[in-house]
Amino acid sequence: MLEVQGLTKRFGGLVAVSDVSLTVPEGSITGLIGPNGAGKTTLFTLISGFQTPSAGRVLFAGADITGRTPESLAVLGIARTFQIVQPFAGLSVLENIAVGAYLRCPHRAEAMAHAEAVADRVGLTDLGRPASSLTVAGRKRLELARALATGPRLLLLDEVLAGLNPSEIRDIVPVIRSIRESGVTILMIEHVMQAVMSLCEHVHVLANGRLIGAGTPAEVVGNPAVVEAYLGHGAAGRLQKGASHG
Amino acid sequence: MSSGTFAAYRPILIAIAALAALPLAVPLLVGAGLFAGPNTFYNLMIFILIITLAAQGWNIAGGYGGQFSFGHAAFFGTGAYAQAVLQTRYGVNAWVALPLAMALGGLVGALIGLLAFRARLRGSYFALVTLAFAEVFRILANATPITGGAAGTLVPLRIGFGQMQFDAPAAFFYLALAFVAVVLILNRLLERSRFGAWLVAVRENEDAARALGVDTLTVKLKAITLSAAVTAVAGALYTQKFLYVDANIAYGAWISVEALLAPIVGGIGTVFGPLIGAVALIGLGEAAKTVIHAAFGSAVPGVDLVVYGLLLVVVIAFAPRGLIGLLRTRGGR
Repeated sequence: MLEVQGLTKRFGGLVAVSDVSLTVPEGSITGLIGPNGAGKTTLFTLISGFQTPSAGRVLFAGADITGRTPESLAVLGIARTFQIVQPFAGLSVLENIAVGAYLRCPHRAEAMAHAEAVADRVGLTDLGRPASSLTVAGRKRLELARALATGPRLLLLDEVLAGLNPSEIRDIVPVIRSIRESGVTILMIEHVMQAVMSLCEHVHVLANGRLIGAGTPAEVVGNPAVVEAYLGHGAAGRLQKGASHG
Repeated sequence: MSSGTFAAYRPILIAIAALAALPLAVPLLVGAGLFAGPNTFYNLMIFILIITLAAQGWNIAGGYGGQFSFGHAAFFGTGAYAQAVLQTRYGVNAWVALPLAMALGGLVGALIGLLAFRARLRGSYFALVTLAFAEVFRILANATPITGGAAGTLVPLRIGFGQMQFDAPAAFFYLALAFVAVVLILNRLLERSRFGAWLVAVRENEDAARALGVDTLTVKLKAITLSAAVTAVAGALYTQKFLYVDANIAYGAWISVEALLAPIVGGIGTVFGPLIGAVALIGLGEAAKTVIHAAFGSAVPGVDLVVYGLLLVVVIAFAPRGLIGLLRTRGGR
């Protein structure tokens, strides 16, 4: 469904994303993890068209989409959420979702009906209230609902679980799973490992702009390079020692 | 049409009916000494309606779309000059000139929009560029022969329906009201359309809008074109009412200020905001002039501007969503 080939992004002398290649198979939930500042969100902005890569290609369903605008990608069927939620604060919850729904439903009645259906799917209620009055968990659901309302084939989720408490995470994980079951492919950046372990079939690990590991969630957490990227040089060895002593 | 759809338009129809019935109150108002005569009343009302129309235009791009123009004079003036010049120099009928003036205004809006939005100007940068364009237009109109230069253009007085010049002052009042009414309904249609939803999304957050498939450049260009066309009609009506236009009237900063102040005072990004704001601003300005004149025995120039300033300060401090926001809060909404 999505194929990233040798993607690189330089900001002046800083290489934020360096020669990253990965694939997201159709119908999967694929994870993208890595320590803070690894370049995960930059990779998302490149895939979703908000920035153009310095080198490399992005293929969606076999077609080259490198450098296309976010709005044209949304029409093709790629939707994204933002790590820092971006609600239309002056609008109601329903109106927020309707903006997304209008992409496939040009008429108001259909768009509103579609928006209500999507709100129901992600568990948003009380749709008439202003979006600015939502809690953090509510705003995350709204981000999800808006993106979903555009009728995507590929959904890019940028830390939709960050800032939620464990019970809120338990509530939203089944929602993400049901989105995949409805036929939407998902690529998600996530820090909450509990969710990554339960949702993703395949995980890519990014550190300092490079891919340092890939595999099933269980393989990845056992990978010494990944452990060191998170905990520092030599940490994997020390953990090993600690484990054998204990 | 469902009852929900009708409910959305009911307040507009009531407002139009109330305004249309205003001439019935003229004998009463004149009798009470509020107006010197019917003509004073009609002149004020027509002026309010023309400003309302200019403000309604501004409100489309500025209120719904969040693109704050400080130079709607560029569109008002283009409409005003087109209406005058087409009649005096090219012998075009007034009724034909009006849609042409509207189209020309829209064209100027599209061009300024194309230049400003393609350069990704937002916020105060966009405001400054539009202000600069209006000033350039003013200077050009003051210097070129086709506009009559500094002397301006006088439209010959030829009373007759065919000339869009009426003997009865009420006739022009109804003509202006008809345009305001059409734009009121147009704005409600806009609010309930996909284009309107996308325009508001652009105002709220451009990046989020783009992620949802909104082509922000196209949306902004359509908005500024429509906005300019409506304001150009206001300019054309001004010419037709006063039969004279010069650079400082047509492209002067005064109309840019009126066009943006009325929606801000009345309620930005709302259907009724421009109308309520124009009534409040011009009504209070005229009242202040009258009171000062009665108190001091002579006119104090600029006192209406003082009222504008005070009203703006009061609205921003106590009713950031405008007078209409105040009404809604009080009304329990």
